[in-house]
Amino acid sequence: MRIPAGLRRAGLPYLLLLPALALELLVHLVPMVIGIVMSFKDLTRLHIGDWGTAPWEGLGNYRVTVDFDAPVGATLLHSFLVTCAFSVLSVGLCWLLGTAAALFLQEDFRGRGLLRAVFLTPYALPVYAAVITWAFMFQRDNGLVNHVLHDQLHLTDGRPFWLLGDHSFAALLVVCVWKTWPFAFLVVMAGLQSIPKELYEAAALDGAGMLRQIRRITLPSLRPLNQVLVLVLFLWSFNEFNTPYVLFGKAAPEAADLLSIHIYQSSFVTWNFGTGSAMSVLLLLFLLVVTAGYLLATSRGRKHADD
Amino acid sequence: MTSATARTAGRRRSPTAPPRSFRWARRIFLTALTGFVLLPVYVMLSSSLKPLEDVSGSFHWLPGTLTIRPYLDIWHTVPLARYFGNSLIVAGSATVCSVVIAVFAAYAVSRYRFRGKRVFTVTVLSTQMFPGILFLLPLFLIYVNIGNSTGVALYGSRGGLVLTYLTFSLPFSIWMLTGYFASVPRELDEAAYVDGCGALGALLRVVVPAALPGIVAVAVYAFMTAWGEVLFASVMTNDTTRTLSVGLQGYATQNDVYWNQVMAASLVVSVPVVAGFLLLQRYLVAGLTTGAVK
Repeated sequence: MRIPAGLRRAGLPYLLLLPALALELLVHLVPMVIGIVMSFKDLTRLHIGDWGTAPWEGLGNYRVTVDFDAPVGATLLHSFLVTCAFSVLSVGLCWLLGTAAALFLQEDFRGRGLLRAVFLTPYALPVYAAVITWAFMFQRDNGLVNHVLHDQLHLTDGRPFWLLGDHSFAALLVVCVWKTWPFAFLVVMAGLQSIPKELYEAAALDGAGMLRQIRRITLPSLRPLNQVLVLVLFLWSFNEFNTPYVLFGKAAPEAADLLSIHIYQSSFVTWNFGTGSAMSVLLLLFLLVVTAGYLLATSRGRKHADD
Repeated sequence: MTSATARTAGRRRSPTAPPRSFRWARRIFLTALTGFVLLPVYVMLSSSLKPLEDVSGSFHWLPGTLTIRPYLDIWHTVPLARYFGNSLIVAGSATVCSVVIAVFAAYAVSRYRFRGKRVFTVTVLSTQMFPGILFLLPLFLIYVNIGNSTGVALYGSRGGLVLTYLTFSLPFSIWMLTGYFASVPRELDEAAYVDGCGALGALLRVVVPAALPGIVAVAVYAFMTAWGEVLFASVMTNDTTRTLSVGLQGYATQNDVYWNQVMAASLVVSVPVVAGFLLLQRYLVAGLTTGAVK
């Protein structure tokens, strides 16, 4: 490829990257390093004003955190398992809904533009406004959900609590999927635009049916996009904070005790930032390992498919 | 419809037209999904027009009496107008900064080969996986320390929040714009060079216009991210700089929850954003470069 001489100025790309890099350093990387340092300190309310002087704790915070027989470790493990189940279900449902909706809207028909706008509404609504509305719908005595399930369909014996106890997991999942699937829809829809129409026409002339076209043309073409989309959805749902925070208030019920909320509780409610940081670091390590493994597996798979 | 007319209709349709079963599946699926998506919107709208007694008792699909009272009360129960202004300033500034910075970074990644490119993209994208909770407290301490040593107030100010939010949308914006820019043919850049533009000129005059749908998409994403963030807003703002995401909880944390006011306020803060978003959304998936080089 021929690149004009003016383009070869070696410094320019770095200059262009500088603002992004500086900000990421300030807001993400440096605080992360400090957070890691904090996880080795005995950082309670006493020392928070001047955290540099807090006594070193060594691996003490981690020892407390992963001692699954003691209450701190046991609740953390529970929270981790809840988060895993939540993330897998949430990513799967969001991807499925997003992809199905995008495929159904791929071909032009009357009302398509309107539907597209409607489907993007949950994404456009501010998180807290939407989640507060869901919280209202899930109210036990004056909410829509119990009105429909109990008063109208008579499916439940009493009026169940949705924001307390075991049902809260389902409530959280519904709200998160409702809020997040339009993002998958948006990304897949954009991806579909880049697939040349000729491919479908050629396949149709060869007698390939709808499903076969989707399997042989659409999904393979979307593969690189899906690789990133699924990863991003997973990381978002694993770190999900806003939705449970608004839905349940500061204390999430046990069944929907996502890690971010759990750590927030351990840090800001009990003022024990040392263990809170240790939990965050463990969460980060877990996500690093999962991401690396995922990218390795999917990239190898793709190379294999290209052969 | 007889089979003969069906066949003629079939012949008139393009070879990629879907079979009838597909269209039925589509109708059912899309109807159900529309219901799911719009349910909260309907609840928000109908409940915001009900008197307080109606939203405190059992839920009813249709309001017994209509009232606009909640829309008048919301401004007094909490200082909603101030929260609104704060959110506009914070989200607007974060969006503009984030888009400009992402455009530059994405241009560098898509057009140049340079040492450290892979490290940069991997590092920036990997910040997506950081749990916000891990750097919330350290960032808070950094802002306080910067304030103490330089006098630049970041903690409790809108500026600190802008700085934080713009980095939240940066990684995804850079990744998405890199893809968009890569799809803008390099012949366009080269044409700009022939016309005497420098690298920046080519970026601003050729690449940016060609990638406008992508840039609009990124701007919308950045705005939504900043407008909806709750965690950092709850820790990093004070009474004067509080944004909507925290302020709206003012209705819900009272002893009596004024659900009709909560719904009215939610609707009021949503309408401008949703309207703006729906106006711009056609850009989001608009075909990108097809046609730019034909």
